[in-house]
Amino acid sequence: MYGKGLKPLSIATVAMLALSLSLVFFYAPLDADQGFIQKIFYLHVPLAMVALVGFIVGGVFAVLHLRSDDRKWDAYSYVSIHISVIFGVAVLITGAIWAKASWGHWWVWDEPTLVSFLIVFLLYATYYPFRYAIEDRDRQARYASVFAVTAGAFVPLNFMAVRMAQSLVHPRTFATADGGLPGEMMLTFLVSLAAIALLWTTLVKFELTAKSASGQVKRLRRALDAPVGGGGSRIAPEVS
Amino acid sequence: MTPSRAAFAAILAKDLRSELRTLQSLPAMALFSVTTFVIFRFGLDRTSLSGSLAAGVLWATLLFAAVLGINRLFVAEREEGGFDAIRLAPIDRSVLFTAKVAALVVYLLALELVAVPIFAIFFLEDAGGLGPLVLVLVLTDLGLAATGTLISSMAVNSRARDLLVPLVLLPLAIPLMIAATGATEPLLSLGGPSYDRFGTWLMVLGLYDLIFALVGYAVFDFLLED
Repeated sequence: MYGKGLKPLSIATVAMLALSLSLVFFYAPLDADQGFIQKIFYLHVPLAMVALVGFIVGGVFAVLHLRSDDRKWDAYSYVSIHISVIFGVAVLITGAIWAKASWGHWWVWDEPTLVSFLIVFLLYATYYPFRYAIEDRDRQARYASVFAVTAGAFVPLNFMAVRMAQSLVHPRTFATADGGLPGEMMLTFLVSLAAIALLWTTLVKFELTAKSASGQVKRLRRALDAPVGGGGSRIAPEVS
Repeated sequence: MTPSRAAFAAILAKDLRSELRTLQSLPAMALFSVTTFVIFRFGLDRTSLSGSLAAGVLWATLLFAAVLGINRLFVAEREEGGFDAIRLAPIDRSVLFTAKVAALVVYLLALELVAVPIFAIFFLEDAGGLGPLVLVLVLTDLGLAATGTLISSMAVNSRARDLLVPLVLLPLAIPLMIAATGATEPLLSLGGPSYDRFGTWLMVLGLYDLIFALVGYAVFDFLLED
């Protein structure tokens, strides 16, 4: 049921990623002061943006779940947050590599964007121990949705608070005095952003498909193992 | 008095009366705070604190002491059937949320009434910053109470109750702590209190309180569903 369209989506994602990588390495010009190292920006920033949007999307799905009580929204919310957390790890790692190469340190505390992202990541990482500590399935889904909504509301507030606590600024590549990124860099960035967004969507769809398939297998297994007659097997119709 | 307001008053009174009679959380929170101050004295190897160090020690201690109280907030409700009673009563269920937030604010204020003067006696050179500090304390308590009540109500129904509250609450409380320490640091600085960005930090605290009170009020109904 979920798997429809997964193959064309995956092919499109691979194509976009290939296109974006070729643009990054062969088309985008070298940065004036950072040189080749700056190219990690085309991976790091799209990952960060897609991860954050993914968290918000997870919150939106959670709202839909709470309002409709349809479990599929809970599945969407769970998987969105899952893939975004994984992307978050990638953001922190690529960010550390970039920081080490351009500033000389793996981590700096006086960059508000890094710290905000770390805090958001830590919060969403608690989603899993939180979720699995609740035993009742329905309650688990409901509480997880409440968490996703609360955390979604938290994200902008957190960025604002951390930014206010600092004086230095993360490279504001989109709002520099001379008007932002030059044309070629902007094009490469947009293609990379599209590629990472497609990657996120494909991974979410993939995980949903896998979960749905394994859920179906479990249900069938349970129905096969159920006692004949008394338990009300789901395969055989009820005999009066 | 509308039924909701009557219910709010009843639940709040019950909580406060119960705490006064059993004294479960408050003495523990207060003792924990004072002991933690002593630990900080030795951990930092200082006998007097000012500025950012003072703000950090004070707020870290208050936060961890608050977690102690938050852990126990809904335990009685779960064990004695309070949740069922609220589900059956013909009132808006979010009243339980507001009443518990109010109770927690009272506990935190009571804690600070003990912990902050002791902190001042232990570490501060001059107490000039304590007056405006009250404003910061009240606003931060509101935010901590709103978020803490929300997390506590979810954690009480889980297996790892005492683990979940600190785990989930602490990241959520970070912006609150940033603003609280940001406002407190100039108040406790060596040369006497200064109000560097005081208004801005108070606004951030107020914004946090508003957002989390609204979010908590809005989702609480879903948490009580069986």
